[in-house]
Amino acid sequence: MAGSVPLASAKTPTARNRTTRSSGVAKWVLIGAAVLVLLWLIVLPLAVVIIESLKKGLGVYVDAIRDPDAMSALKLTLLVAAVTVPLNTIFGVAAAWAITKFKFRGKQVLVTLIDLPFAVSPVIGGLIYVLVYGAHGWFGPWLQEHDLKVIFALPGIVLATLFVTFPFVARELIPLMEDQGQQEEEAAVTLGARGFRIFWKVTLPNIKWGLLYGIILCNARAMGEFGAVSVVSGHIRGETNTLPLHVEILYNEYQFSASFAVASLLLLLALVTLLLKSWFTRKSQHQQ
Amino acid sequence: MQTSASKRGVLPGFGLTMGYSVLYLSLVVLIPLSALLLNSTGLTWAKFWDVATDPRVLASYKISFLTAAAAGLIDTVLGLLLAWVLVRYDFPGKRLFDAMIDLPFALPTAVAGVSLTAIYSQNGWIGSLFEPLGIRLAFSPIGITLALMFIGIPFVVRTVQPVLQDLDAEVEEAAATLGASRFRTFRKVVLPELLPPLLTGFALAFSRGIGEYGSVVFISGNMPMKTEIAPLLIMSKLEQFDYAGATAVALLLLLISFILMLLINSLQRRVRKTAR
Repeated sequence: MAGSVPLASAKTPTARNRTTRSSGVAKWVLIGAAVLVLLWLIVLPLAVVIIESLKKGLGVYVDAIRDPDAMSALKLTLLVAAVTVPLNTIFGVAAAWAITKFKFRGKQVLVTLIDLPFAVSPVIGGLIYVLVYGAHGWFGPWLQEHDLKVIFALPGIVLATLFVTFPFVARELIPLMEDQGQQEEEAAVTLGARGFRIFWKVTLPNIKWGLLYGIILCNARAMGEFGAVSVVSGHIRGETNTLPLHVEILYNEYQFSASFAVASLLLLLALVTLLLKSWFTRKSQHQQ
Repeated sequence: MQTSASKRGVLPGFGLTMGYSVLYLSLVVLIPLSALLLNSTGLTWAKFWDVATDPRVLASYKISFLTAAAAGLIDTVLGLLLAWVLVRYDFPGKRLFDAMIDLPFALPTAVAGVSLTAIYSQNGWIGSLFEPLGIRLAFSPIGITLALMFIGIPFVVRTVQPVLQDLDAEVEEAAATLGASRFRTFRKVVLPELLPPLLTGFALAFSRGIGEYGSVVFISGNMPMKTEIAPLLIMSKLEQFDYAGATAVALLLLLISFILMLLINSLQRRVRKTAR
């Protein structure tokens, strides 16, 4: 639900000039208003990150990013994404295969349950893991006995991130594979192809761009998640601090330029994501 | 195994993919969520009622609701404008325009939070323009609304856009030929078709707004009773190790989210039907 909109609905718009040719003035007034809204709502926040990060000069910018705490936050963020994105991708492909290639009872319930994490506040996404693995949680005493740490440590951050990014790949693939039906795969079976080979040779080429689209959205959220990770991280500098949390720490210490410098790294991630996203969208439309 | 697979069709892998999906779903989503529902913190009814009727908690729900509703409404109007222009007109830079709409989906919420605070605080770009008028944008409910508007706008645009694209321009032309004015055509012909997606877009933005945390905590100022949102209250109860209190606030929020989700699902099915 919250977080992404399926690729199928994100077509590049095609203009219909016929209906509007009669009033050139109205057209340009509306376009002008829309451009203003876009500049105000979306471009301004983007520009402010860049301007604020360079306010005290390039030196402060470079220092903020080369700071050991920032580097360790960057490493942790990359590590968390490297674990969570593949796990949720494997799940997404498996779930989409089961849901779109077979008939079974309770399919709609399963689809709704997969969407659940998008409906839940990220703070609750963190809280539930504290209730399960925290000191007072279900497994808390057992974990303590065996000297294992989940909450306020890497496993907790990974789990909370898994939760908030859970639906991305699955909900991208399900409508896509639904539209494609299963004739091609059935033909492959008739021709003697087996198991995983069918997926690899027949299904994957058809869903490749949609899959990549889901993966980059999942990755952007995994690297950028704040609320859920904030609950389970414990904010230990140099240890359990991800990049978004580092932005917050610097900001609360009134190191605004440094905070925006680290934020600009995350902005770069967002811009690369958008670039890849529109590329994949175009590729996938080409394919359909 | 073999028999059940052949009943379902000729394709292989049902048992494996279904089993794995359900197992993974249970481990990552269902079991942890049930910790909240099964009341692992020993929350009693009395304590739950105490928390739920605490003035500070009630105030936080009111703020979350009102700001999310206001942001959703403004986004619905602005989102319709953006979607309309993107579908109906051609202009230079349109592809970039279209791509930029998704920025709030891709930008980490903490980055949005610090950036919006810099824009709307007293000495910020826009905040400083309103300061002489005695209007505070950041650290007030207006600031929270502005942050939620940023987060919510793509939901409206991306829900309305495909429906608008499928809308038959010929019906409008017919209405125009029959002498209907431009505004009348829009009101009588276009708007009824757009109502379901607009409602869905609003509900999506509203639902996201109620749970939103990262973009809001910086700009809200987090003053109890005034600018403290419900998710933040969960956070501060956790920081005080009040797990039962945090669970109580979260349960209410979760209930609201579930109701909204079911509403959105049925709305989306309606939209898909009209779009085809």
